[in-house]
Amino acid sequence: MTTKVFKRPKYLKDAIFHYCPGCGHSIIHRLLAEVVEELDIGERVIGVPPAGCAVLAYFYFDFDMGEAPHGRGAAVATGIKRILPNNIVFTYQGDGDIAAIGTAETIHAANRGENVTVIFVNNGVYGMTGGQMAPTTLAGQNSTTTPGGRDVLRDGAPIDLSQMLAITKGSVYIERTAVNSPKNIRRTKKALTKAFKAQMDGLGFTLVEILSPCPTNWKLSSLDSLKWIDDHVTKTFPLKVIKDEIENRSNLATEAINQT
Amino acid sequence: MTEKLLMRGSHVIGETAALSGCRFYAGYPITPQNELTEYMAGAMDKLDNGTFIQAESEIAAINMVIGASMAGARAMTSSSSPGISLKQEGISYLAAFELPAVIINTMRGGPGLGNIAPAQGDYFQATRGGGHGDYRTIVLAPASGQELAGLTRAAFDYADKYRIPVMLLGDGMMGQMMEPVELPDPLDLDTLPPRPWKLDGAKGRPSQFIRSLFLDTTVEEDHNWKLNRKHQNITRDISKAELFETKDAKMVIIAYGTAARIAKGAIKKVREMGLKVGLIRPITLWPFPSQELIEISRHLRDFLVFEMSTGQMVEDVRLALEGRGNIHFYGRPGGIISTPDEISKVIISLYHRQHLEED
Amino acid sequence: MTKKTVFAGFGGQGVLMMGYVYAVAAMRDGKEVTFLPSYGAEVRGGTANCTVVVSDEEIFSPVTSSPDYAIIMNKPSLARYEGMIKKGGIIILNSSLIKTDLIRKDLEVVKVPANDIAKELGSDRTINMIMLGAFVSKTKISTLDSIMNGLTEIVKGKKESVMKLNRKGLDIGAGYVIKGAK
Repeated sequence: MTTKVFKRPKYLKDAIFHYCPGCGHSIIHRLLAEVVEELDIGERVIGVPPAGCAVLAYFYFDFDMGEAPHGRGAAVATGIKRILPNNIVFTYQGDGDIAAIGTAETIHAANRGENVTVIFVNNGVYGMTGGQMAPTTLAGQNSTTTPGGRDVLRDGAPIDLSQMLAITKGSVYIERTAVNSPKNIRRTKKALTKAFKAQMDGLGFTLVEILSPCPTNWKLSSLDSLKWIDDHVTKTFPLKVIKDEIENRSNLATEAINQT
Repeated sequence: MTEKLLMRGSHVIGETAALSGCRFYAGYPITPQNELTEYMAGAMDKLDNGTFIQAESEIAAINMVIGASMAGARAMTSSSSPGISLKQEGISYLAAFELPAVIINTMRGGPGLGNIAPAQGDYFQATRGGGHGDYRTIVLAPASGQELAGLTRAAFDYADKYRIPVMLLGDGMMGQMMEPVELPDPLDLDTLPPRPWKLDGAKGRPSQFIRSLFLDTTVEEDHNWKLNRKHQNITRDISKAELFETKDAKMVIIAYGTAARIAKGAIKKVREMGLKVGLIRPITLWPFPSQELIEISRHLRDFLVFEMSTGQMVEDVRLALEGRGNIHFYGRPGGIISTPDEISKVIISLYHRQHLEED
Repeated sequence: MTKKTVFAGFGGQGVLMMGYVYAVAAMRDGKEVTFLPSYGAEVRGGTANCTVVVSDEEIFSPVTSSPDYAIIMNKPSLARYEGMIKKGGIIILNSSLIKTDLIRKDLEVVKVPANDIAKELGSDRTINMIMLGAFVSKTKISTLDSIMNGLTEIVKGKKESVMKLNRKGLDIGAGYVIKGAK
């Protein structure tokens, strides 16, 4: 008798991803579907896809999803979650979406401690529009709008949004991971699980920043893209837990419950 | 109906919204409509299931409304002219998503920062969709405290019925003025039709999504025609105008909102002098009550459009009448509130020029 | 019958409250009413004014460039409104703060030293009721009882002693007119 050891997760539809070969979105989608299944929240999760390469995510995930205008994911998620506090709400956003056009919405959602989870896919370029400079493009990195490489004096330095969000009182858990190795992929899944669990416990704003390869726009092979993350991207955006107050908040929450 | 209360216009909107099942409000401070935002803070707080958010921007506020509406709530935001410009992105998405929502615009002088006096310069923006893409929003123009109550209730009902954003287009004076009002009875949310399209988790049904991206051009075309059919139905069903002293009129003024009140005052004056002048007051600005105009054009020729702008609705009057009649215009932009005396002078002069006293 | 009244003075003199109480009283008298406060930047400190229109029929314009009546609480407001008041109109002046005479001779003037009376009563808060008392008694557009009911409706839950003081202010203001004070 044969046993199936690898199958399509329950919450991924039977559809073929449109993503380029070597793109990190496919891996992250799968991880997300696995986490939703393992936490058994498929019937109450609501996702908010971005404008960006993952805009069609609703064709892949088999749970409710509502599109947000470019950058407004955190505001749309806020509206959904406030009406349906018992549902699990996440946004799925790219670096341009979250750290350029949607900076204000994201910072203020974090600051209010909106009980939502943000999945921030950082690949350092505007992928869907053809590889323009993103807020997270590395210093010196080529893009279609920084042909000689990003000049920090002219274009500003890559922005570390996760670090900025960590300062807000409303954020409880922020971790930066990557999907460029089996080890990092496992770590990413753990981080996603942790973030969703914190939301299920009602603790506040959680975010997982995932460094993800974009071979097409980086003009590298798939393998070289994975290596580029280790050699270059993590030098500016080191992999680490940026903020973790889950235990503190849980204790506070328990105390509050005990007091009432 | 409750007993009569003397209420500020912005409070009438807020209280009626709460009585009409509004359970979500997000807004951002801007004069002259802060009283509404402040009222909603209290009104939502009083409810077990009400949410008020002072958003970080007008853009965030309208997008929060999108989220709340996706989740199935009756949701509202409000602002004044400059803030409404910022909301247009979200209004376009609401239209594309076919989501109900209510947006209050308490118009002030513009363009740019303008001033905080009552004006009607946002007519084009309101009635032509306002944001990008091929869509319309229902636009209602109240002219009294009582009508603010009625049209706020209607705004939520239309929004739900047609799954479309509805804008209530008032001005600084409508928002600040107090008039006696009888508020509507509270609505029982359980009596509202179900919203099978809402996102509340795929429990006991297949998963679903709400989107506005249609990369396949034929699908986008179908979506546009679908919206257009809806627009046509709305035009057929809800166009509305008040007719005042039109039966024996030789000339009618066409004005909405605050301008219509001033026009009525002027008509009363000139009628005492023996001039036969009436008023058509559009209550729905989109859809524009063209049929009412055409009907009246059968027995008179002269139409005087009066707006607190340099002339925007006058274009809809021309479109409606398609050459039937002489269309005259008088406008006071920039936040000027005309007096009935001023308008009666305009009427008398026009009456002469068009030789209406000779008929 | 349509009567337009302007209430004007400093912020903090209870000018808007005066108009509001009068408007509620008129509404309970069964009249059509509009109350329009000045609003916006100018309200946050500085001058305050409002226009109240009371009528037997539908009110078209809540604003006016020629009010029938004016309740003027300070000198800058007199400068602003004296020229606007309708010929033969009535002006109620707070003579505690306005020592000058009117330029126009075609207006009926009632001078009420509202601040002085209020001081005697021991509460600055009665100033607006003193003025309203004189206004209603002079114009007969409402009654003292209606004004009192209007106030009671608005300030629900205020102590009885406060309400008694307000009533006293109202009566003294009215008495000023009856006495024929000019």
